[in-house]
Amino acid sequence: MKQYSALSLLRGAFNGQSHWQPAWRDPEPKASYDIVIIGGGGHGLATAYYLAKVHGIRNIAVLEKGWIGGGNTGRNTTIVRSNYRLAPLQKLFEFSLKLWEGLSDDLNYNVMFSPRGAVFLGHSDADMVRLAERGDAMRCHGIDAELLTRDQVSRMEPVLDMSRHARFPIEGGMIQRRGGTARHDAVAWGYARGADGYGVDIIQKCEVTGFVRDGDAVVGVETTRGRIGAGRVGICVAGNSGHVAGLAGLRLPIESQTLQALVTEGVKPMVNTVIMSQSLHCYISQSDKGGIVMGGDPDTFPSYAQRGQPMITDGAIAQAIALMPALSRLRMVRTWSGVTDMSFDGSPIIGETPVPNLYLNGGWCYGGFKATPGSGWTYAHTLATGKPHDLNAPFDLDRFRRGDTIDETGVGPMPNHR
Amino acid sequence: MMQINCPHCGPRAQIEFTYERTVDSVVPIDATHDEAMGRLYSRENPRGIDDEIWRHTFGCRAWMVLTRNRVTHVIESVRSVGPESLP
Repeated sequence: MKQYSALSLLRGAFNGQSHWQPAWRDPEPKASYDIVIIGGGGHGLATAYYLAKVHGIRNIAVLEKGWIGGGNTGRNTTIVRSNYRLAPLQKLFEFSLKLWEGLSDDLNYNVMFSPRGAVFLGHSDADMVRLAERGDAMRCHGIDAELLTRDQVSRMEPVLDMSRHARFPIEGGMIQRRGGTARHDAVAWGYARGADGYGVDIIQKCEVTGFVRDGDAVVGVETTRGRIGAGRVGICVAGNSGHVAGLAGLRLPIESQTLQALVTEGVKPMVNTVIMSQSLHCYISQSDKGGIVMGGDPDTFPSYAQRGQPMITDGAIAQAIALMPALSRLRMVRTWSGVTDMSFDGSPIIGETPVPNLYLNGGWCYGGFKATPGSGWTYAHTLATGKPHDLNAPFDLDRFRRGDTIDETGVGPMPNHR
Repeated sequence: MMQINCPHCGPRAQIEFTYERTVDSVVPIDATHDEAMGRLYSRENPRGIDDEIWRHTFGCRAWMVLTRNRVTHVIESVRSVGPESLP
């Protein structure tokens, strides 16, 4: 793998930039691999990268039914943060955030991580108490959190409607200054390039259609490009976990739902941080290209359609405009949706399954992008050793049977109420 | 968006309806512990057709079972909830 550097760019300037090479190969699948990862999104590619880099396992394939990063990795709102309330979530997402901070250097690929601050707005006294409680929980675990007064929020984001007559009056907020955004495609491409450099085979247009079993155990996968043997198989297809696990006869605590986002035309800088309102469930940030990226609630019924309902987009836009009236002047240029794994406690599942040699990483609900590095790191550990990493041990599939769920919002097994 | 044919009100816009849960997640009153856990905490979640309980919440408020394709959103049938349509 050729290293990218300022010097190589400069050298390229004198030879017509002819030094550029494909960032990863396009190999034919081999007959078998030590580890097969199903799903070439950010999480699957990160898993392959850390398996090779940290655990020294090189005989790995990543199978992707479409093109890498074409699922939820390319369909999120690129927000990175670790401002959670419950300890297992804090530890996992904070570990991820620390990896984000050094990721561009580690991958030799600019993922454009931009820690511009992640702000939760408070709209009432009750909201402010809730934010203070969350901030305290974070600070007890060494994560930065600052409560903001109304004036501080106003100075930070002058385009917010701070008037007392606002539809959703703003009483204050809480900021995690180390949170921000990253370039989603670059994350998939950077991990793919890194993994490929270690010899990992990234095989696109290769959909898994079944599992090869020897007794109970999985010993390979059937794909649209033939049978591929495997020592261990890792499912990493959030959005389609129910379908793929179903091929192995498993039922999961997951229901698939559609989540939408949209972006406006590009404008000069007007939103400085990532603004989120948990009471409304609306989030707003500005991309480096200038477009205002917005998202809202999931469509609250099961769907694998990868297209959303306009009434949900309408709701998200109405909330965003109520918070920032200036947004009403902008034209929406694109709206899209992804299929999310809504798990039954709102937290991910990373670990072994009841089927020998088969592992699962899924259930990321609407918050998987920010976890990409940590998810890959812990899943790689689990796939390499057959045992959970300390960070993903609480997120095993068996926790639902034990009654040991990690339910940040406390709504129980009702994904459509989350 | 979908148009749902309410058994009582006829075809209505989706926005009047809310999704509740899948039929296979209804827990019978005499379920064993394992069966209850299975129904509460796992789903088939097929990338295809499933039976779902919906409610005409912002209309006649009746409950109904939709047999619906989750990829195309085509609704194959709508029927009132009754003893014969739930476990």
